[in-house]
Amino acid sequence: MSENNADAGLPNGWQLVVGLEVHVELATKTKLFSASPNRFGDEPNTNIDPVTLGLPGALPVLNKFAVELAMRVGLALNCEVKPSTFHRKNYFYPDLSKAYQISQYDQPLNVDGFLDLPGGVRIGIERAHLEEDTGKSTHFGGNTGRIHGSDYSLIDFNRAGVPLVEIVSRPDIRTAEQARQYVSELRAILVAIGASDARMEEGSMRCDANVSVRKAGDPFGTRCEIKNVNSIKSLGRAIDYEARRQIDILESGGVIRQETRHWDDSDGRTHTLRTKEDADDYRYFLEPDLVPLAPSKEWVEAVRLALPMLPAARRERLASATGTSPESEAVFVVVERGQDDYVLAVGEVGGDLSRALVHVQQAYAEEPSEPRVPASDLAALTRMETAGQLTATQAKAVLADIVAAGGGDPATIAAAKGFEAMDTSEVEKMVDDAIAAQPDAWAKYLAGEEKAVGAIVGAVMKASKGKADGKVVTAIIQSRR
Amino acid sequence: MPATSDTPKGHQISAADVAKVARLARLDIDENKIEKFTHQLSDMLSHFADIDTLDLTSVEPMTQAYPLSNVLRDDTEMPCLNREEVLAVAPAAEDGRFRVPPIIGLD
Repeated sequence: MSENNADAGLPNGWQLVVGLEVHVELATKTKLFSASPNRFGDEPNTNIDPVTLGLPGALPVLNKFAVELAMRVGLALNCEVKPSTFHRKNYFYPDLSKAYQISQYDQPLNVDGFLDLPGGVRIGIERAHLEEDTGKSTHFGGNTGRIHGSDYSLIDFNRAGVPLVEIVSRPDIRTAEQARQYVSELRAILVAIGASDARMEEGSMRCDANVSVRKAGDPFGTRCEIKNVNSIKSLGRAIDYEARRQIDILESGGVIRQETRHWDDSDGRTHTLRTKEDADDYRYFLEPDLVPLAPSKEWVEAVRLALPMLPAARRERLASATGTSPESEAVFVVVERGQDDYVLAVGEVGGDLSRALVHVQQAYAEEPSEPRVPASDLAALTRMETAGQLTATQAKAVLADIVAAGGGDPATIAAAKGFEAMDTSEVEKMVDDAIAAQPDAWAKYLAGEEKAVGAIVGAVMKASKGKADGKVVTAIIQSRR
Repeated sequence: MPATSDTPKGHQISAADVAKVARLARLDIDENKIEKFTHQLSDMLSHFADIDTLDLTSVEPMTQAYPLSNVLRDDTEMPCLNREEVLAVAPAAEDGRFRVPPIIGLD
């Protein structure tokens, strides 16, 4: 794989260097180390137990399904699954009542993988480890409702102990667009393998960005960690802002201080998080209440074999079947909705695949991954188009009715709408009439002014009341040239 | 714990190290006890340093006292604690949640 030298558009030869840390909540029924529910949106502090609250004597026991989902994540990201251990990450913050978070430190479960962006750029994955989520704090008083200046905070421990996988990329990302692509592709993979619903707006997927700048070829610069990025769009904005902030400091002779900064979506800036001294000194030590996790080779292989086809492979498959680019909008949209199997099924029952792809992209936005319309109905519609019995506009109208009704015979609906295919000789006469009626436009067209043909086509469409097939009309006009 | 430059001769750690660890652990230690703890902790570290002198190449690294791994539970829900009972013993509660002092600030 060639070096990633994509240009972030920064001034004066500066190069952007980004690594991402993505936290995802795993789709288990219960928490990582205890049996209370892992459920979003419940009444505060109803999903709590002695382990979640860190009550004296409570002991954690690892959730087997969380381990399996974490392995799915690692394997889907081409990682090696390794024997691993758990550590205590010690800090005093009220969203963790134990005064430590159980995480994986120097022996994570998944290491050394990669994710290929749709454009082909490969981003290394350093690790993907298991850890527990924290509770949710809400800040009150002060004037902002944010942490800053609050008078007190209220804590809901429902989220505390929810299983997370933290996916750490290598600093291989060179543009904000690549960062967005990375998160978007990662999200698609996580959803496809059933590891997480990965909803950034609900916080089940959260993204921190390590951003630095350097002159191309120089060693890495000092990085800042950007937190509180809540959407893929904000991620791009935050990275662009932070890169320019750092360049301004460096170009005016300053130095970058390694620190954590907080993205504020409302003012479009990053702000220093003023933390207590030594806040990063976590005094990690092995969690004495947990034994090592060393999945057997058989277990790892079983998880690997059960992985579904990943989005990139599904896009390739759909693109090659429909004769489209794997990076086309239609292929992305249809695979993201999980409707690619349906498009392929339309082909299997004799439909035109490329027409089916476009129809599903345009008309099936509200349909589930298994659309209600039988594949045979859409296949029949595409056959009528191919045979010239329906224009593109008419086909759309017929399909809109079929989708609204959850199915229907396109020939019957077309007939009911009065969409009858026009005889070619009839269209030819209309074309000749239109040419005769607009000699000026025709002369310009003959003189090489391609745009002038629009007036002729328009006249034919008007005369046919929209029933003439635009492609047929164009072909006839060209034959008259 | 690496010895810092102000570590007295014969000590594995300095008084400053002890003060820092105490601060991180939110331990309020009297100035006059720091010297005592510095001695005690240095003695412990010296003891472990003795192990470093042994040839342990044939000994498997051990992360746990018990020869166990993969202690796992099924992903099955169990009843939760009662919120009102729990909040009743909290130092402060409000609106179904634990109320705590303000935490950190932004510039």
